[in-house]
Amino acid sequence: MSNDTSALNQYVIFKLQEEHYGISIKDVETIEKVSEITRLPNSPSYVQGVINLRGEVVPVIDLRKRFEMEIKENTEETRIIILNIEEMIIGIVVDSSSEVLTIPVDTIDNTFDLVNTLEDDYVKGIGKVEDRMIIILDMLKALNITAS
Amino acid sequence: MDMNQYLDIFMEESREHLQSMNDILMKLENAPQDMSFLNEIFRIAHTLKGMSGTMGFNNIASLTHEMENVLDSIRSGSINVDSKVIDLLFECFDKLEKYVNNVEQHNSEGNEGSDELIDKLKSLNNTKVKNRDLVEELKDNHMEIEINQYVDHAINKATEKGLNVYLVKIHLDPKCMLKSARAYIVINTLEKNCEIIHSTPSIEDIEDEKFEFYFQLILISKQEKEVIHKELASISELESIECIDLINESYSVKRETNNNDNLQEKEDTEKIANTLLDKKEETISKKSKTGKTVRVDIDRLDNLMNLVSELIIIKTRLEDIEDSEKKQGMNETTEHLERITTSLHDAVMKVRMVPIERVFNRFPRMVRDVSRELNKEISLILSGEDTEVDRSVIDEIGDPLIHLIRNSIDHGIEDLETRVQNNKDKKGTVKLAAYPDGNSVVIEVEDDGGGIDIEKVKHKAIEKGVITIKQSEMMEENEVIQLLFHSGFSTAQKVSDISGRGVGLDVVKTKIESLGGTVEVITEKCKGSRFVIRLPLTLAIIQALLVNVGSEKYAIPLNNIKEITTIATNSIRKVQKNEVVLFRNSTLPILRLAKLLNVPNVEDENDEYTVVIVKKGEKDIGLVVDDLIGQQEIVIKSLGKFLSNIKGIAGATILGNGSVALIVDTNSFF
Repeated sequence: MSNDTSALNQYVIFKLQEEHYGISIKDVETIEKVSEITRLPNSPSYVQGVINLRGEVVPVIDLRKRFEMEIKENTEETRIIILNIEEMIIGIVVDSSSEVLTIPVDTIDNTFDLVNTLEDDYVKGIGKVEDRMIIILDMLKALNITAS
Repeated sequence: MDMNQYLDIFMEESREHLQSMNDILMKLENAPQDMSFLNEIFRIAHTLKGMSGTMGFNNIASLTHEMENVLDSIRSGSINVDSKVIDLLFECFDKLEKYVNNVEQHNSEGNEGSDELIDKLKSLNNTKVKNRDLVEELKDNHMEIEINQYVDHAINKATEKGLNVYLVKIHLDPKCMLKSARAYIVINTLEKNCEIIHSTPSIEDIEDEKFEFYFQLILISKQEKEVIHKELASISELESIECIDLINESYSVKRETNNNDNLQEKEDTEKIANTLLDKKEETISKKSKTGKTVRVDIDRLDNLMNLVSELIIIKTRLEDIEDSEKKQGMNETTEHLERITTSLHDAVMKVRMVPIERVFNRFPRMVRDVSRELNKEISLILSGEDTEVDRSVIDEIGDPLIHLIRNSIDHGIEDLETRVQNNKDKKGTVKLAAYPDGNSVVIEVEDDGGGIDIEKVKHKAIEKGVITIKQSEMMEENEVIQLLFHSGFSTAQKVSDISGRGVGLDVVKTKIESLGGTVEVITEKCKGSRFVIRLPLTLAIIQALLVNVGSEKYAIPLNNIKEITTIATNSIRKVQKNEVVLFRNSTLPILRLAKLLNVPNVEDENDEYTVVIVKKGEKDIGLVVDDLIGQQEIVIKSLGKFLSNIKGIAGATILGNGSVALIVDTNSFF
């Protein structure tokens, strides 16, 4: 049981436009380096394309576009985080990702208490680890997936 | 005790039994006097009773028990088979099916009792017709002679051809442990050289070990008596073997017994033997059809399929290496590998193939019910039931076909008076045919009804606001027929619960297209209409043409391609912003794949274009591509739920170099 509760508080941290974001580790399958992405015509603009992930075709979403940030070329640091949400395998492109942090629930501030500047409510809360602020995302909402 | 682990088996088996019960009930309706059908239904009811009893499904058990009683009375001749009895049996069948459905959905058969049906069955059983016995007995005698005539006839034929007919009497060693197995060896040995035309007790009873230590067989063979005797003598645990030549010795005596003189004496045994003989024939014919089977979980098959897909991808990759480096000896090996993967793929596909019979089976009953309800006489003609299609298609194609058949009966076939007026057979015909055609399977639903009334369809479409009056004047016949597939359309004057909800054909089309197929209509006034469904044979691995568009690679399914050609740029004409070209004396719309797929950085200035002509039904479209790469076997990968319904893209595939190429959905461009 203790393992389960600690896993609940573990977050995969990634960087996007100088901000740190966290996704619950339960939703994350793997973190991949960027491979060849095939453009997918007639898809929503934030869908960057599809990749071959060990024999499976996986859609990749450009989080910068999704969050309406400026577009940046991929670098050595760029990573694709492969998520498994609602039995869907989806990759998200982030600037970099290198750590997993445990954020105790009581240090996460609910965003309802804060001024919500983001248009959608895909921010679950703000976690504080040492001096860093980590924006914790609700990926279901961020990717516009309606839970079945 | 936890029964859940047996539920799956129970479901599978009871479904199978119910299906064959339905089939045989239909047959029995047409040939009520046929004992073999009765025996078969009896056997099924009995098996179901046993199975459900073990599982604790008491409603099924008690209903089947009562069915058994009635069937037994029919068998003994105390109840006559008439339409009332058949209807009742059908009702019982429906009830049983309902119970089994309940079991599938809720793991219990439900509380609803079947007292009403049981009462009906009971009362039927009590009104045994007196004096019946005598008539029945006469009938039995008649039948017995008939069947004896069959044996007799076979023997005569054999004699004419100069073959030998033997009566073989076998006594098994009383110490023999596995009697039926031993008997089976005997029969098997004999069947190598002989044809067994009769056995007492029946083969089935022998297999079920329902005999003491003695059985006898009548055989037709080319071999001498001694040879047969010698072969049998090599089998152990046989106490005695007697081989009698019927032609020369005792057959004439036996024939006398057939001539009613000695009837009483032999009647009972012969009667049983004969009915069982019938049964035996049926089981044999059934066996030859089903063969030996293993039930496999579909997931395991899918898994196997995925592995084969991987193998094919690796194979393609090897071919690529070979191309670039030209290593000696590599060529041969890759070719060999290709042969193996192709046959492996075929083998796995075949495992997934199921005869379409599984779907067709339920239609005779449906047609019977629907035609009664509508008071139309319909004969359903099935053909090509053994055409095999992928398991995933079987599960999906049933509903669309039901719609089409109902449509044919309801809208297609005219009512009785109209048919008589038009000098047509009173009985309408609905034909359901399946046949393989190249890489696809075709299923046709044809009726000999009034055909589709083009004017009526137009009228209705205008009424429903699907088209305007102006549009309707411009429309060709073919286009009008396509309106039938428009959602919210129904031409039935009366709304019945069979069709006329106005969703039918629309749903049919969507479903078939989701399976990668097409549906066409051919109709002729007063002669009837025909719906032609074309489905791809396999769903997972297809042949495709790889093309370059800009810097991107796309795969076009070979199934959809009609031909490839080059077209000079200056021959392209613009008609209302649409590009067309005159090709083989007809106009061909030209679409630029680069534009459809928003491919960036495409050079547009060329003297001539490479055009891939794709087809959908009767229509053609030319797709402009930059380059052809070549034909390749590709494994279709879905884009997943997240990206469902991307226009113009049917899926993706992984190429030999590991990159992803998208599969073009050409049907969406029409």
